[in-house]
Amino acid sequence: MLQALSISNLTKTYANNMKALSSVNLSVEQGDFFALLGSNGAGKTTMIGIICSLLNKTSGEVLVLGKDQSKHLNEVKRMIGLMPQEFNFNPFEPVEEILVNQAGYYGIDRSSAKAQAEILLKRMELWDKRLDMAKSLSGGMKRRLMLARALIHQPKILILDEPSAGVDVEIRRSMWKFLRELNDQGMTIILTTHYLEEAESLCRNIAILDKGKIVEKTSMKKLLARVSQQVLILESTEQLPDILPTLDFKIERLDAYSIQVSLNDVNISQALIALSENKIEIEHVRSAQNRLETLFLRLTSKAG
Amino acid sequence: MWIAYKTIVVKEILRFTRIWVQTIFPPVITTSLYLLIFGGLMGERIGDMQGVDYLHFIIPGIILMTVIQNSYANTVSSFFLAKFNNSIEELLISPVSYWVILLGYISGGIVRGFVVGLGVFIAVSFFVELQIYNIWIVLMTFLLTAILFSLAGFINAVFAKSFDDISIVPTFILMPMTYLGGMFYSVEILPEFWQTLSKFNPIYYMVDSFRMGFLGSSTTDLLVSMSVLITMIMMLAIVAFYLLKKGVNIKT
Repeated sequence: MLQALSISNLTKTYANNMKALSSVNLSVEQGDFFALLGSNGAGKTTMIGIICSLLNKTSGEVLVLGKDQSKHLNEVKRMIGLMPQEFNFNPFEPVEEILVNQAGYYGIDRSSAKAQAEILLKRMELWDKRLDMAKSLSGGMKRRLMLARALIHQPKILILDEPSAGVDVEIRRSMWKFLRELNDQGMTIILTTHYLEEAESLCRNIAILDKGKIVEKTSMKKLLARVSQQVLILESTEQLPDILPTLDFKIERLDAYSIQVSLNDVNISQALIALSENKIEIEHVRSAQNRLETLFLRLTSKAG
Repeated sequence: MWIAYKTIVVKEILRFTRIWVQTIFPPVITTSLYLLIFGGLMGERIGDMQGVDYLHFIIPGIILMTVIQNSYANTVSSFFLAKFNNSIEELLISPVSYWVILLGYISGGIVRGFVVGLGVFIAVSFFVELQIYNIWIVLMTFLLTAILFSLAGFINAVFAKSFDDISIVPTFILMPMTYLGGMFYSVEILPEFWQTLSKFNPIYYMVDSFRMGFLGSSTTDLLVSMSVLITMIMMLAIVAFYLLKKGVNIKT
């Protein structure tokens, strides 16, 4: 099957000799929802910059739907939509103009561009702001504007660099819903994010980039399965006994009403039954840490 | 390609017309004041120059000065701001060829030069009865001048890293070249050494042929002036295209 994105031996060394990417190999299947994770300075934005022709590569090959970027640059550009991390529009341009102009750069005539802009702006809840200068939008609105702009030419591959930064929870959830819809319609989506919950919730496959190298590439399911330990915070309605029982799992007191349990071979139901037998009735259960976060820190050697 | 080109040009025109109070109005006022003071008040004491009264003599030069300044200002500020706010990335990720980007920005500069030049022409017409010897020479000189200085502004914007960098060239290079290019005087009145030196200033050829279009008299052959301008345009166009293609100060 033709890969949506295939990167071979991609290397990028900046003028100051800083090596941002070293011989990166990565492939993303068509229709995938793919997470590219890495801490700040890992090389994610550099990689995206090269794929989207914003940066020159030092060496290596980038194929987009089988087309070599070096030989078919314009075809490759048409297939990709980018929502960058930093705001990169003219703040003194009206919202609708930004979309219509972007469409024009892709050769879409003004009337078709306006029709497509209307659909996207309504979907992004920005239609009422279409005549406003972009600078007057809130941070979350600016992000949605950039998402709409990335989609104006109906790309086959959507690249999102930190799409949820500065977006409130409600808008983030509606953005996720929209992205899932796009993915269901066949669009390949590549996402970088600092919200690991976002990657866990949206993406099927994942690669972790660390110091310019891919340190992990697998499916989200397989990756999460590797985290056997589950750490939960349990809250009781009644004050906990002074001495906590000794059970098959580790228990730590957090305060008079809550404990933290670390489950390895025991599942949550068994843990709750065991606690109940010891007269500890639990009313609330929540995760103490994101599983993906645990793994991410382990893989990038940042665990405390 | 045509749609992309049209998009850049429309965007450029909308940009400077949206801020017409900064871009169109001031040059028209300033230039009218120049004419009133230098041409109207002092001109009578200066007498004739190149066979015409001083007021009529300086009008072509002053109109051309606004064309030079505005064509240059449009591309330098627009392209630098696109770099500054990263909106240049909108073009870089799109399938727009470098020639189209360059042509789009240059066309924006030409339109602004034309709008402001026409504004000055109209403003001047209220005070002075203007005559045009040959409209085609006027239009051709205007076009070549606007192209040349739009290209120069573009190159300045490519190299500029701060707002200071986009004002240094107009203040310390463009302005002296403009004033020393025979805008307010005929180079014939200069000593021989300075006459020769003036011929290395491209603005001299523009002013001379523009004045030819208005008054019908010049100090250099029209063909020579046109050839100088076309040669310079070709040189700057190659440099600008090379810089854009290489991504100098745009792509790392």
